Amino acid sequence: MHEQSRVGVFLNEAVFDPLARALGISVTPGHHAVPDQIVMILLVASGLVLFSLWARRSFSVDAPSRIQLLLEVVLEAIQGLMKQVIGKDTDRFVPLIGSLAIYILTGNVLGQIPGFTSPTSNLNITASCAVCVFIYYNYQGIRKHGIFKYLKHLAGPVWWLAPLLFAVELVSHFARPFSLSMRLFGNIFAEELIIQSLNKYIFPFLTSVPVMFLGLFASTIQAFIFILLTMVYISGAVEEGDEQAIPHQNTALTSMNATA
Amino acid sequence: MVRKWILGTVLGLLVLTLAAPALAQGESTAAAKSPEKGQWLLISSAFGMAVAAAACGYAQSRALTAACEGVSRNPGATDTIRIFTFLGLAFIEFLALLTFVVVMLLLFA
Repeated sequence: MHEQSRVGVFLNEAVFDPLARALGISVTPGHHAVPDQIVMILLVASGLVLFSLWARRSFSVDAPSRIQLLLEVVLEAIQGLMKQVIGKDTDRFVPLIGSLAIYILTGNVLGQIPGFTSPTSNLNITASCAVCVFIYYNYQGIRKHGIFKYLKHLAGPVWWLAPLLFAVELVSHFARPFSLSMRLFGNIFAEELIIQSLNKYIFPFLTSVPVMFLGLFASTIQAFIFILLTMVYISGAVEEGDEQAIPHQNTALTSMNATA
Repeated sequence: MVRKWILGTVLGLLVLTLAAPALAQGESTAAAKSPEKGQWLLISSAFGMAVAAAACGYAQSRALTAACEGVSRNPGATDTIRIFTFLGLAFIEFLALLTFVVVMLLLFA
């Protein structure tokens, strides 16, 4: 149901198919060696790494270049959001959340360029991000509280409710990577499908242009929501226990975790 | 300058025409596999998606109404309300998206 993008087909025919043949890997007849979205995610990842290496060369305190100013704006926006959602001591989480934001945003927007596909319209790629987030916030929670206190936190305040609450919490925690990956995948995939079917059934390219603008908007929103949910999960994992009940909007936000 | 714009537009349109996907790819929909079952599949998936979209739209409109009211009553709370709004909208939208995924699975998988 998903058509191959032109760049994906080209790169497959130019690079990956001969490589697979040379290495002796058997490819299903009628298919290319590497799926379309994997080609795209390789492009995104390598492009971002190259861009970062290139941008890093010109960093300076005295005379910041334009690229540096732009990146600083992005970084400050992310840090401000984290301060708002997680609270204090948030700089530890910047590497993961910032790279997730840039990676997902680039992946989403790439699909709006004709000839490319959004890599995030494949469930495997969104699921890999979501599983990373799941492991990361549990790791941060365990690192902050220790494993027993973290598990006790899952069991709830009263001992006789613990078996029930523990099961409920377990299910809700494991539903998180599922809902994260499904949300991103569903949005981007639906958008790609709409563009494709407009191109196919109505009129080749003019009718899909407004949808592409909508797609740009939705791509940004989806990347934003992904990192926002990541922050909410992290703040739920590293929040202070009952001994330090600080009246902070944090507590209200983490109570929304139950609906996640 | 104008010539540059015209040239850019024409080139862009050319790229777009190149990007129009190949029309020749055959699809094996459920309808093609078994005609009787396929009809009901098509009808039920269309109705399911319609109900999900309508309910999702209604629910999101309720959430947005409340958010706008909150912001207009207390503009100082805009940042907090924005976060809650996006989170809530994402959770509401997820239900419709699940329906979409199920419909897609029914139709194509």
